[in-house]
Amino acid sequence: MLAAQISPPLALGDRRRPGWRAWALITPMVAWLLLFVIMPTAILFVYSFCERDEVGGVIFHFTWENYQRVLDPVYLLIFARSIGYAGLTTIICVVVGYPVAYYIARATEERRNRLLLLVMVPFWTSFLIRTYAWITILKQEGLLNGLLQSMHVTTGPLSLLYTPTAVVIGLVYAYLPFMILPIYGSAEKLDNALIEAAYDLGAGPLRAFSAVIVPLTMPGIAAGTLLVFVPAIGMFAITDLMGGAKVPMIGNVIQNQFLQARDWPFGAALGVVFMLMFAITYGILQSRHARPES
Amino acid sequence: MSASAHSMIEIRGVTKRFGSFTAVNDISLSVREGEFITLLGPSGCGKTTLLRLLAGFETPDAGSILLAGEDVSHLPPYRRSVNQVFQSYALFPHLTVRENVGFGLRMQQVPAAAAAERIREALATVSLEPMADRFPHQLSGGQRQRVALARAIVCRPQVLLLDEPLSALDAKLRHAMQLELKHLQRRLGLTFVFVTHDQEEALTMSDRIAIINHGRIEQLGDASEIYHKPRTPFAADFIGQANLLSVTVLSRHATTARVRLDDGLELTVSAAELPAATQTALISIRPEKIHISKRPIEAENVFSARIQEEIFQGATDQLWLVTDQGTRLHALVANESAMNEAYHEGERVYCSLHPDDLVVVQSA
Repeated sequence: MLAAQISPPLALGDRRRPGWRAWALITPMVAWLLLFVIMPTAILFVYSFCERDEVGGVIFHFTWENYQRVLDPVYLLIFARSIGYAGLTTIICVVVGYPVAYYIARATEERRNRLLLLVMVPFWTSFLIRTYAWITILKQEGLLNGLLQSMHVTTGPLSLLYTPTAVVIGLVYAYLPFMILPIYGSAEKLDNALIEAAYDLGAGPLRAFSAVIVPLTMPGIAAGTLLVFVPAIGMFAITDLMGGAKVPMIGNVIQNQFLQARDWPFGAALGVVFMLMFAITYGILQSRHARPES
Repeated sequence: MSASAHSMIEIRGVTKRFGSFTAVNDISLSVREGEFITLLGPSGCGKTTLLRLLAGFETPDAGSILLAGEDVSHLPPYRRSVNQVFQSYALFPHLTVRENVGFGLRMQQVPAAAAAERIREALATVSLEPMADRFPHQLSGGQRQRVALARAIVCRPQVLLLDEPLSALDAKLRHAMQLELKHLQRRLGLTFVFVTHDQEEALTMSDRIAIINHGRIEQLGDASEIYHKPRTPFAADFIGQANLLSVTVLSRHATTARVRLDDGLELTVSAAELPAATQTALISIRPEKIHISKRPIEAENVFSARIQEEIFQGATDQLWLVTDQGTRLHALVANESAMNEAYHEGERVYCSLHPDDLVVVQSA
């Protein structure tokens, strides 16, 4: 490390061929990725073509059976439901997060920093504790029901917890900052003169928003969508805790295969399909995004 | 009131404050249709705020703005038939040149065929037709500037507002664009309101110039009037270069008056310039109005001086003179011919000033 600091920086022409120092610097990261990302993924891939014995062990005997089971309507429904929940979560996050992000980006610098801090405050507490806090709010004898009844809005307690609504509330709550921050990032860079130019050329506030502001903050929306949709679809803790395992998502099913059901090969197959789904979606998004650049 | 019937823009006692800062202070100005008017002043003088008031980005705290006879003071920018060329050009980076130019037409819901024709026409006007399908980041600064111009004129506004549109260009391109803009304005017969801090730009292009300082119009007039007859010390100093000298009035005659510089040198000025009860005044002398000769000359206001510093600038020679009485003067002589007599530092020369070239810019 010290040697790297003392030695002169690499000359511009050397950039394409990193020297041994550069390799030395990235070796820990490469080793980490190999050991904890590439290897497990490879193992998962191999397992997904294996058979399961009676006690939950893995027999290395090639089979397509696990992938055939993935196509079972039961699991397809869960896949569809997961996409639905994650999609709804993402849409709500965009609708709720965009005005917040835009407002913060347009505020004065001092206010901006204070507001950004508020967005990040939830991260100071453990994710599980925050989820339990929501349970306290939403449960039958919880804060929300207590409030509604004391104000005579409702006569009896509402069943809020352990419903799909609770799951979506939990997901939106957990992932909203991941939508706000990237949108803030691109809204903050938005040149005010561009908005004025739109007004000047006859665009009312709505047209200026749809024709100029949204397209120019699209990178932020896209990044936020990716950051919310991808983890939301695989989330299992919130669905377990706030959905009461009544509305399993794909994350719960995979977790179950590895833990309770002890069917590792099938769990692995679900995982691989899940991963491919993302890879393909991401590939499509990237190629569409890259188009205007070229 | 008949004047307002012909004026395209009528600014009446407009004031704009930002907190305790008064950016525009009770300005009134009337601009004729097809006129090229320049708002000239240093940064922070209020010229840009005045332009933004015309565009509708700001609303006046007092006074009103009429556009072709209609009070637009409180209309939002998208309801005014003015368009602006922004200093940063403000081209939409996600749209091609064609889409940028067509943006205003799209907002006005001009039918596609008519819009396409008008876009082509506007691009032809600024000679950018081959660039129609490029994105702004693929263009040079000068090309972007033309796109911004095409985008504004394609809407056929009643008034075109230009906010220092040439400031980001290099000197050569800037000079070319100055003339091009002037020609374009004449050809289209459009009313131009041009904001700049560059006095040379203002002199080159404008029909009339409004010199703005501290939120007020210091002087309004055509280029030659502004240059030759500055009415305030600020106007004299801001436009071109000026020797500002304080004088005491000695005597008055029918058409002339005798004044004395602080250093004792006595000069004759035109009496028309000097209000009746004036005792002291500030006069402005343009550097090129000081006639210089190595031999004694027969003229009015002759005095001798020593060349303290000489700077050769190609077409002209900059001279710093010190009069025998000790006053420093800045003079400019044309290098008419290489055969011409050259001036050197330390030489003694004879200077003369025509009384009409001594302009009173302040009197008390």
